[in-house]
Amino acid sequence: MTLRFNDETFRGDYTYHNSAAAVRRFPFPFDQDSYMYSVNIEPHRPTRAGSVFEHRFDVDEHYVAEMQDRAITLADDPLRCQSLPHMELAGWDFLELVMVCKSEDYPDMFTLHRDGDRWHWINRPLGIDQRFTFMDTSTLPCGPLEYIGRQTQGDHALLDQREGNLWMDAGIVTSQADWSLDFNIGMNFFEWHAPVPKAHELGIFQRALKFLTNVQQGKPSRRLNWTMTVNPRLDTSPENYHKWGPEKRTITPENVGAKQYLRVELQSFYRLPRSNALVFPIRCYLISLEDLVTVPKWGRRFHRVLRDLPDELAEYKGFAVNRSMIVDYLARFDDGAETSAGIFPD
Amino acid sequence: MAGTAFTPSILSRPVYAGLVSRGATPAIMLAEGEGALALMALADHDPAVMGHAHIIHIPAGTGHGAALQALGPAMYHEGPTLPAVLPRLRKALGDAHMGTALYIAGTEGVIGQVTAEALAAGVAAGAISTEHHGGAARRMQCVHCKGITEDVVTDPFICSHCGLSLFVRDHFSRRLGAFQGVCVDAETPGQIPAMQEIRP
Repeated sequence: MTLRFNDETFRGDYTYHNSAAAVRRFPFPFDQDSYMYSVNIEPHRPTRAGSVFEHRFDVDEHYVAEMQDRAITLADDPLRCQSLPHMELAGWDFLELVMVCKSEDYPDMFTLHRDGDRWHWINRPLGIDQRFTFMDTSTLPCGPLEYIGRQTQGDHALLDQREGNLWMDAGIVTSQADWSLDFNIGMNFFEWHAPVPKAHELGIFQRALKFLTNVQQGKPSRRLNWTMTVNPRLDTSPENYHKWGPEKRTITPENVGAKQYLRVELQSFYRLPRSNALVFPIRCYLISLEDLVTVPKWGRRFHRVLRDLPDELAEYKGFAVNRSMIVDYLARFDDGAETSAGIFPD
Repeated sequence: MAGTAFTPSILSRPVYAGLVSRGATPAIMLAEGEGALALMALADHDPAVMGHAHIIHIPAGTGHGAALQALGPAMYHEGPTLPAVLPRLRKALGDAHMGTALYIAGTEGVIGQVTAEALAAGVAAGAISTEHHGGAARRMQCVHCKGITEDVVTDPFICSHCGLSLFVRDHFSRRLGAFQGVCVDAETPGQIPAMQEIRP
């Protein structure tokens, strides 16, 4: 696999863009013409060569630019990476998982040599060559979660499991859909999901927790989630809401296709071997509406989904104010034809 | 009386079920203002609860001190504010053995902070019993500057640290002992809705 990394930004001049190949492999999250919450969890096993589901930790054309954006956010606000004292071991588990997966799945980009606890990690896209002692934090430039989190696309929460619940006790979070790690750290599964409307009444979280507390080593799972973002901005944090909030009101019928993005999270769940914690990668993919409608099936379906979405969900996902412009734009790409089953392009 | 009844809300919003006796075990009891009434009701229901109790009382303008002392706790201390009694509370929590019960009664800000102190000291959540007495004022963390504003009684309110106008969420962090405040005019700077009084 030869990958060219985009020179692009996720703030300021927003030069982020998807190649034609990246559009085709975009994880469109709707498998039918309507949407409601469900526990849409499936095994995270290699699926479809070339898709974002092919490898355990997808590395794509945005990798280098995303890691640069993460470094900017962390320099601005170091509280985006935190770990409660008992989570250090889970951090090492996570580092091992990523290094093993990436070196196996992308041997041209990543190499891991292990001689007992003396490890040698090479990350060619980011120009990193690091020798260190596994489980000895003094041999890395920072803690294991932050170290590997700065080299892995997506946000990562480490969830401790105790008392039949999951506790968000560590994380590195710089591309979040408007939630605060600093505020939520230490919360249990029900507490950090408390602001989500409707899903509690539907029993979604009770069922999801039951599933997640039973995830076994070597059998990761995944699901897709989605929201809408104006401009291709990774850092839609509540911390900076007063800085990016005004951009939400810049949508017009003329620019909606270019400025309005569908934001999809590929969430996965892995049991970690030493700590028995779960790692919860939340990988963000962004696509403009004008790129999305180049796949006719997606244009038709996305129009129907957003047109029929309950108001409460549009409000919660934060795009109610722009919804009519978005739906009017997408309507131009919906000829009423039938759509095929599943999420992939025809 | 089991304290203030709150409007049902989201799952992270704390509920204060009222003080329930855990019997004649070692106990730390913190009462602020009218929260003293909750300790009196507790002792009335189960006098044995006072034998090993350490009461820390913040009168906050009320006159229940003599009545609390008359309950016969093993230790009694009165202090003017929560910050003033925190060193003593931390010492008590640090010295506490497994199985020590914690009773907290008073306003939401005090319950939140004392609970956060106890959790940080390793007290199990199940060993903490709480009862709300007093006004509906909230302790708010500004999600932007991270400063805490005490005794917030309106929504929106002005962050006492950075000056942004914040709306009052029901989302609550037990670790911080605070609700979350978020910029109310982030998308439309300057358009700030009229302040409303916060209700329970």
